[in-house]
Amino acid sequence: MHRPAPAAATPRQRAGLFGRIADNERWLWRLMLAPAILYIVLLVGFPFLLSLYYSFSDAIVASREMNFVGLENFRRVLDSVTFWVALKNTIFITVVSQVLVLVFANALAMALLVDFPGKWLVRFLILLPWVAPISLGSVGWLWIFDSIYSIINWTMREAHLLGPGQWPIWLGTPELAMASIITVQVWRMLPLATVIILAGLSSIPQDIHDAAAVDGAGFWRHMFQITLPLVMPVALIAVLFGIVFVFTDLIAVFVLTRGGPYDTTQVLASWAYFIGIQGGDLAGGAAVSLFLFPVLVAVAIVFLRMARRAELT
Amino acid sequence: MATVETRRLTKHFDGVRAVDGIEMTAREGEFLVLLGPSGCGKTTLMRMIAGLERPTAGDIVIDGRVVTDLPPRERNIAMVFQSYALYPHLTVEKNISFPLRAVGTDRAEIGRKVAWAARMFGIERFLDRKPRQLSGGERQRVALARAVVREPVVFLLDEPLSNLDAKLRNSARDELKNFQRTLGTTTIYVTHDQAEAMGLGDRIAVLNQGRICQVGTPQEIYSRPADIFVATFIGSPPMNLIEDDVGYLGFRPEAFLPHGVEGGDDNITFPFRVTRLEYLGADRLVYGVLAERTPESHVISKIPTNIRTEIAAGGQYDFVVRRQDIQRFDRKSGQRMNGAG
Repeated sequence: MHRPAPAAATPRQRAGLFGRIADNERWLWRLMLAPAILYIVLLVGFPFLLSLYYSFSDAIVASREMNFVGLENFRRVLDSVTFWVALKNTIFITVVSQVLVLVFANALAMALLVDFPGKWLVRFLILLPWVAPISLGSVGWLWIFDSIYSIINWTMREAHLLGPGQWPIWLGTPELAMASIITVQVWRMLPLATVIILAGLSSIPQDIHDAAAVDGAGFWRHMFQITLPLVMPVALIAVLFGIVFVFTDLIAVFVLTRGGPYDTTQVLASWAYFIGIQGGDLAGGAAVSLFLFPVLVAVAIVFLRMARRAELT
Repeated sequence: MATVETRRLTKHFDGVRAVDGIEMTAREGEFLVLLGPSGCGKTTLMRMIAGLERPTAGDIVIDGRVVTDLPPRERNIAMVFQSYALYPHLTVEKNISFPLRAVGTDRAEIGRKVAWAARMFGIERFLDRKPRQLSGGERQRVALARAVVREPVVFLLDEPLSNLDAKLRNSARDELKNFQRTLGTTTIYVTHDQAEAMGLGDRIAVLNQGRICQVGTPQEIYSRPADIFVATFIGSPPMNLIEDDVGYLGFRPEAFLPHGVEGGDDNITFPFRVTRLEYLGADRLVYGVLAERTPESHVISKIPTNIRTEIAAGGQYDFVVRRQDIQRFDRKSGQRMNGAG
């Protein structure tokens, strides 16, 4: 005789609290979403509203009192020469670094699409800057750009590229400091963009490439009329990420130049930090940082639309 | 218009011989079909002819010129892919004109040729559309238009009909054959569908495991298969094979008929025990075993419905095959032996 084993009871009877929730679709999705929503509310939403609140007040670090002052902070910010320099620098660094990233990332991704010995090592090395903390990377670059120990200068001297008396002070002259900061931003954003574009490239069916080859396209025609247009929607996403990261970044400037020499490399994020945290003027810092917001929203909307249109056509 | 020739063409992938020393010639203006099961190397062979795959050994000769080391664009061929491989970001017009722009044809000439190709395939209305706005049949026509527009010396078609539904496939087959006749361009066509191969090909090359088993007209391939593989791969249901002392006897299901239907006197009679019947509309399929034979031989008879001989499962009947319809195959090599059994 075959008897049903005791364990053959239906799962519902045996399910504990966890099982009951897991089966309850009305509550399960709320439970699953809760951590993400809490995270956004506490770490993004609340600070954003707080800085909005501060920017209309006269809050300072040293006082517990706060008064509503209307648009006074924004008037002060707009009157400042440094604000306009920082705004110009932020845009300049973002645009130049992203153009360079787009060019380099496409070239790198195309190179990485082909098989060659040691490919995994090259991929690993390219990804390295992305996994390294920005602050550590920036400190590394601080040494590379050091006024005395700069490895660039010593290498160029050894290679006789620098004559006697020639010794670029990378972080001490306005143009070189700007170039240094853009270099760090490109170095930092390149891995992500490369990986994104690589994914876009490998999603193009091989048949399309074969068809182009049979149809008579040479290297450049193939690249500019087939590969690049097809990878563009994905590349735009990479650029969108790049703009958001670079536009809001303060670490590179903070570590390398502190905005100097004479505020010539100041960006909005670093200036907001210097005013609001180091200067103790919470209200002023909040007002400066809010100028980042509309630009980023506009950029995000424009790029998502472009990507969507490119996807559809 | 050109001939295509492969000389001991070989391709190895990680030690696997995908194409194993194939010698083949497509004659001028011919419609040659490469037919075989998946994995037989037919697509690899075509990709090597196109220049998309580099042979491990051997040569490819197009129009008397060795092109083995030339890139695809210098071979003056056109290819239609199974997926059609239309450029998704370009309009139909730009898709069709792409090969012309690639060779620097002047603007007026491009316009004239695109109009000509579009008219040939009836796609003038879609010129401004993107590929994703077209149906499968329309995409296939665009792919064909893109292939003909440059007036290449050879067309390579890689299962271009397999993404169409059954009804469309029949009419597309018809059109394909027509346009190839009209242009008279040498065409190599890859398929695993024997009906397509029989219907389209001037000649068929049957491939198996990287080798050519037989090249011949559809009639030759069907009625005088070179070996057991071809005999059983072509025809539906496949050729019946029965073993005897010398080797194998093969005969087609439609040649295996009830006694008395076939008039001639040079017949071989088999006692046939019927196990199952299938009614297919135009034909009856009769499954069963040949009685008095060891080992037991399963065979199928295909009887046109207008032959009304009473047959029931479980019964035993005398069936006959004309001696001339019997093929003999060698036991060891599987090759067809000369003469009928």
